[in-house]
Amino acid sequence: MKTDEVLSILEKHEEDHSGLISILEDIQSKYSYLPAEALKLVAEQTGRSLVDIYGVATFYKSFSLKPRGKHLCSVCVGTACHVRGAPLIAEEFQRQLNVKASETTPDKEFTLEKVNCLGACAIGPIVVMDGHYFSNVNSPQVNQIIKKTKAGLDDAEIKEDRRVYLLDVSCPRCNHSLMDPSRHLDGSPSIRVTVSTEGEHGWLRLSSLYGSFTVESEFGLRTDTIEDFFCPHCHAELKGASQCPLCRAPMVSMIVRAGGVVQICSRRGCKGHMLDIDGSGL
Amino acid sequence: MITLTINGLEVSVEEGSTLLEAAQFYGFPIPTLCHMEGLTPYGACRLCVVEIGEGPKAKLVSSCTYPAQEGLKVRTASSRVLKARKMILELLLASCPQSKVIQDLASAHQIRQQRFRQEHEDCILCGLCVRMCKEQMVAQAIGFRGRGEKRSIGTPFDIKSEQCRLCGGCIYVCPACQLRCTFTEPDKAICGGCANLSPPCVEKEPFDDMMCYMQPCVACEIKKD
Repeated sequence: MKTDEVLSILEKHEEDHSGLISILEDIQSKYSYLPAEALKLVAEQTGRSLVDIYGVATFYKSFSLKPRGKHLCSVCVGTACHVRGAPLIAEEFQRQLNVKASETTPDKEFTLEKVNCLGACAIGPIVVMDGHYFSNVNSPQVNQIIKKTKAGLDDAEIKEDRRVYLLDVSCPRCNHSLMDPSRHLDGSPSIRVTVSTEGEHGWLRLSSLYGSFTVESEFGLRTDTIEDFFCPHCHAELKGASQCPLCRAPMVSMIVRAGGVVQICSRRGCKGHMLDIDGSGL
Repeated sequence: MITLTINGLEVSVEEGSTLLEAAQFYGFPIPTLCHMEGLTPYGACRLCVVEIGEGPKAKLVSSCTYPAQEGLKVRTASSRVLKARKMILELLLASCPQSKVIQDLASAHQIRQQRFRQEHEDCILCGLCVRMCKEQMVAQAIGFRGRGEKRSIGTPFDIKSEQCRLCGGCIYVCPACQLRCTFTEPDKAICGGCANLSPPCVEKEPFDDMMCYMQPCVACEIKKD
């Protein structure tokens, strides 16, 4: 854990230090758990007592004080899933991963977690792997789910998932297409824009598949930097009107040919995005 | 001043006082566990229930947190109140049978046996020690952790807190924790070992100059065997 990383998270929440839960959420999303030193630092900086913060961190099940694995596997054992055989699935996961519930595998790959209800009882039994929902799970599927997760869920889904579809976008000022057929990402033409950070200009290519977060950049893969986006044709800044719902960075907006506006977060690595079909949010 | 009726007697109390304060001021006894003067009311033990209102609208409230209202009709010892109080005491007795305070209260309410599965907790989660630590000792060394069945009181990470001055205040106010003293695990100690005023454990290392509020000190008794 680095002190300055936690301090920068705290700085982000400076105006509302009362938002303890959102501070802890940010720390947890950074380290996948809440390190003891980080909690002490939060106590120091926000002027709360450590015991209050510890109380909050132990009260909510989504916070973990122990390091978690790379993949979080939540098996729903709520009433509806239970009657459809969720205990068997939980048992199968425990057997295949060779850990007990709320434990992490020794290779730090998987953390198994039993949860009580995910609010999707109609499609139970449900297993959630890193935010990807698997519905109507039965025991033979457990092995597949684990394999799929190891292979990378984000890659695997782009080809099969029907929620992923192609967007053809253009600049909101000059209406020139931003599509770049010369370079393909995820098997379809990429979106090319110009970005600048700290006085450097360069190109950035985004996957045109809505739901895919594949990015290519002249600067290589950087995370956590907010970049200014420009149209490569008219050099207008592609600035959106709103803030990212996830990290509050400014959004970048582009016109969708089929109608509407798509907005993405200008922070590299952040997955915040919005698709506005009728363009009323512009 | 607010005028209200307690057990049929019209009384007047200052604005802002609770039903418990009003009743105690006029000499109506209400048993309490988690209430202490100088600490904010918490309403955890529910032992101070009283009945307010009339007819079908009558309800039970905890008097230590309920503010006195104009014209309120309060009954501190109706059959409904006594029944509820007995039930609460039985439940407390089921979780912390070794507490002298709870035993005495139960005996005063003519409880000879309790109907629930016997457990042997050393805490009723009344929060007295937490409030004592925060409000009187201004330390905030201990607090509530976890939730539901796993809720417990202790220091963060279960290690000795930097805020703790080993004042023993938490043990002094505790109605249940004759076993809270963690003599066998000094690292986790909230109290800093025993602090008895007439200590049976003075001669024993490693707390040779500590004092113990417990009489007899349970941890020392365990150690003796």
